[in-house]
Parts: sequence; structure tokens; C-alpha cells
Amino acid sequence: MARDTLTGSRIRERRLFLELRQAALARQVDISASYLNLIEHNRRRIGGKLLVNIARVLRVEPSMLTEGAEVALIATLREAAVDAGKPVAELDHADEFAGRFPGWAEVLAGEHRRVATLERTVQVLSDRLTHDPHLAASLHEVLSTAAAIRSTASILAETGELEPEWRDRFHRNLNEDSRRLAESSRALVNFLDDSTTSAESRGVPQEEMEAFFTSHNYHFGAIEQGRSSPAELVAAAPELLSDAARTIALDILELYRADAETMPLAKISRAVKGGIAPGELAADFHCGLPQVLRRLAALPEDILGRQAGLVMCDASGAILFRKPIVGFALPRFGASCPLWPLFAALAQPMVPLRRQVVQHGRHAAEFECLAVAWPQEQPNFDRDPMYRAVMLILPQADSPHDAQAVGSSCRVCVARDCAARREPSILDEGF
Amino acid sequence: MGRHVVLIEDEPNIIEAIRFLLTREGWTVDAHSDGSDAVDVIKAANPDLVILDLMLPGKSGMEIIKDLRDEESLHRLPVLMLTARGQARDREMAEKAGVSRFMTKPFSNAEVLTAVRDLHAQANQE
Repeated sequence: MARDTLTGSRIRERRLFLELRQAALARQVDISASYLNLIEHNRRRIGGKLLVNIARVLRVEPSMLTEGAEVALIATLREAAVDAGKPVAELDHADEFAGRFPGWAEVLAGEHRRVATLERTVQVLSDRLTHDPHLAASLHEVLSTAAAIRSTASILAETGELEPEWRDRFHRNLNEDSRRLAESSRALVNFLDDSTTSAESRGVPQEEMEAFFTSHNYHFGAIEQGRSSPAELVAAAPELLSDAARTIALDILELYRADAETMPLAKISRAVKGGIAPGELAADFHCGLPQVLRRLAALPEDILGRQAGLVMCDASGAILFRKPIVGFALPRFGASCPLWPLFAALAQPMVPLRRQVVQHGRHAAEFECLAVAWPQEQPNFDRDPMYRAVMLILPQADSPHDAQAVGSSCRVCVARDCAARREPSILDEGF
Repeated sequence: MGRHVVLIEDEPNIIEAIRFLLTREGWTVDAHSDGSDAVDVIKAANPDLVILDLMLPGKSGMEIIKDLRDEESLHRLPVLMLTARGQARDREMAEKAGVSRFMTKPFSNAEVLTAVRDLHAQANQE
């Protein structure tokens, strides 16, 4: 039922909320109770002066009765029904439900949003617990030290006649291990404590680097204008604490500078005004497609005219750099979905690939992915080339019918019967 | 003839505690901390039992157990695996790889002694 035909349902709901009898309302707006009954059951259209009068008695704006629940609320209800994974016979009546029971609809929509937030948290924590080498090493350290303490304390407590030499040695071990346990536990808590914003808690170089790029919104005006070198920016970055993070960030910024020199901001801003045509840009600026894709992702949204995500990997598939984009989940750690065009490009170096994709998940949005792999160094007869691949991710306004379904990473992907699956999903019903 | 165990573990104080416990039970304990040459050490020692940590420098306990099971002479050697990773799938992976018994850290001394006695008794019955 269309939303604008549910005015009667909303009038009824509001009247019942105010505990106003049908006859009483009818009397106040000078119509019969039977006619109001027909209106409330959506069997008579209502508008004009009568609508205004009813709205006045019900103490709401007329638009609240004609437009009903917010579009976003109804969209969330439909999304909740789809995500439930079970056929909902009343799916077409979501707006009627929202109109008649706005309070309950808000509760359902709120719970649905909460589930989505929790799922995202699970995804982040799962990524971290599964693939974060720093965390795995910290946990191993804590548990191994605890094992040593338990075993040593047990010997001291349970062994009746213990030679003085052994006893002294175990006391010493206990002292050492308890100190180690205190230190490693504190380090682990600091690492896990997301409430602090201190960079020390990030712990892994990629996270430091990501915090650095995020703080600049992935665009570096100082490099564009030649005011600062990559090394100067890296040296001054409070987010980059470790040498590893500084090294990685410097490599990426050097690429950035080279791309910016080849395609100066003013020129490429003019070039993308008519649309994004990477092939033409490569020809105009006499450079390769990988450079163009990287450069496009580095442009501010107001220049590019749309959001853009980017991901780069090496030949092993390890993610070297990621610029996230809403709706296309890029795992922070560990292996990504092998169905991404990025990896197809690795299998066909120097062949540009353009794929329409949609990512499995709650907010399935469509994207155009442009990917290409290139040799990292000048090809040489003496050794095999080392390839890297880059993929520009552009949101699509229209939904292509033949979009290729891809995931984020297997652990948080709900796709069933996927030939590329490496491991079960923790979001499956069994989780 | 004395009983002989090779302990592959990189935590020195765990080595010390287990060495103490098993020595008092009549075992000879050879300890080694590096995973990379652990298989060679075990082959050379030809022990009655191996206690193997999962996370080791050089080579993981899982790789070591797979290499051991590929060796005809070590195919039936009892292996007790100690690990900080105690999830069901870790246990399943270890058992599939050929681990005789799986024990999560932090363990009790009694658990270790019971496991060692059981594994040795089973090996002697076969």
C-alpha cells in the first residue's frame, strides 16, 4: 500500500494514542462517526479543510498524517526484513506498520541499527584477533608466562622436600615471571584499550600509517604546492610512532609526490571536470594507468566530484595501502576476498580491468572498480618481475544488473557456496 | 632402561619446571628452544616422548609435527603439544596433524604428569 494512502491509518493510530473516542473526534470535526471510520480504514481519501481540522484536534501537523513515518524509517524496516534472511509476507506493508505503530517501528529500526553496529564491531575485532601478529604475540607471552608461574608455584607449594638449590632457583624464576606478567599484561591492556586515542595503542605500523593518512584526508596540500617534502611530513607526523610506520608512509608519500608532479592539481582538476576517463588521462599526462588511478583517489571529493576508495597490494596479495570508502569493506588485516578485480589484475599484468561489483553484506552498494597491475621495477632478463596492483573504487549511482558479487574477507562474508571461500564465516547462523 | 623426553619449548622457566617434574619421575629431559632444527634434534635423540610448544621461533609446532609424521621412524612417537591457543579449531588442526595430546597454557603440573604417563603407557602397549 502506498504511503500517501495511509493517512487514515495514521489518524486512527494518533487518535488511539490520545485515547480519544472515534465518535468524539468525529463530533469535533463535524463529520459522522461512520464516515470517520471509513477514513481511518483508508477507504475514503481525505484532504483540505477536514484534514487540517483533524490534525488540529489530534495536535499534529497535517503533514505528519499525510506523509507518516520518515522515509528512512521505512527503508530501515525493509532492510531489517531482508537481513532477517527469512521471507516476510508483510514486506509490502512496512509503511503501514510504521504508520500505525510508529513507536514499535522505531524500536525495531533502532535494534536493527544496533545489530549493524555490533556486526561491524565483530568484524573489526575478529580481524584484529585473527590476524594481528602483535596481539597474537602478546597473548602468547602472557599465557606462557602464566604457565611458567603456575607450574613453578605449584612445585614450590606441593613438593615437600625441595633441595635449597632448586627452591632458590624457583623463587627467582617466580619473581622474574611475575614481573614479566605484570609488564606484558599492561602492554596487552594498552593495546586493546580502544578508548584511548594514543597512538601507542594502535600497535601495528599499518594502523599508524592509516591514522596519518586519515588525519590528512588522504590529500597533502603541502606536497601539491611543493611546500614540504614527504620526508618532512613524515618526520613531523605525530601519528607515526614506529620506524616501520614511518618507512611505509614515506614510500607511499613518495609515490604521491611523483603522481602529483606528473599530474599537477590544477591541470587534473580541469581534466576531471567532464568526468573520470583514466585512459584519456593517462594519454594526456603521458603516464601509466596505475599512476592515474592513484592520483584520482588522492583528489579531494569536491574536485573529483565523488568519493573514491583505493587499495594497493603486492604480488602475494598483501594489502600495502587502503583508502576506505563507505560501503566497500576493506579488511584491516589478513587476506581479502580473492574475487576482487584487484587480484584478477595481478593475474593479467598491464591489462586494465573495469568491473561492476557489489559487496555482500548489510549495506550492499554498487561500485565500479578499475584495476591494473604493473611491474614494480624495470623488467630485467635476470629475474622475474615483481608486480603490484592497484584498484580504484568508485560508487555507482545506478545499480548494474550484471554486477559481480564480491566479499570483504571470508570470516565476515555471508556468501554461501562460494568457490573462493577459504574458511567459514563467523557471521553464519552457527556463530 | 631410562625414559627419555625431548622438550621443545622457548620459555626457559617452563623448561625448568617441566625438567624438574619429569626428572623426579625418572625421565631424562633434553630441552631445545628453536623450532627450525627441532626435527633433527628429535631424530638424533630418538626419545620415548616429545613435548612440543606450538608457537616457536624458527618453525611452528604445527609444522614440526607434520614433519615428524612424515618420517617413517617417528610416525608413532607420542607428542604432547602445549599451546596458548586453545580454541576448538586449533585442537582439531593439531589432532589432524598427528598430535597425540593437546594441552593449553596455563596448564597444571598434575595435568602434564598425567598426560606424560598416559602417553608413555599407551606407547608401550602398542
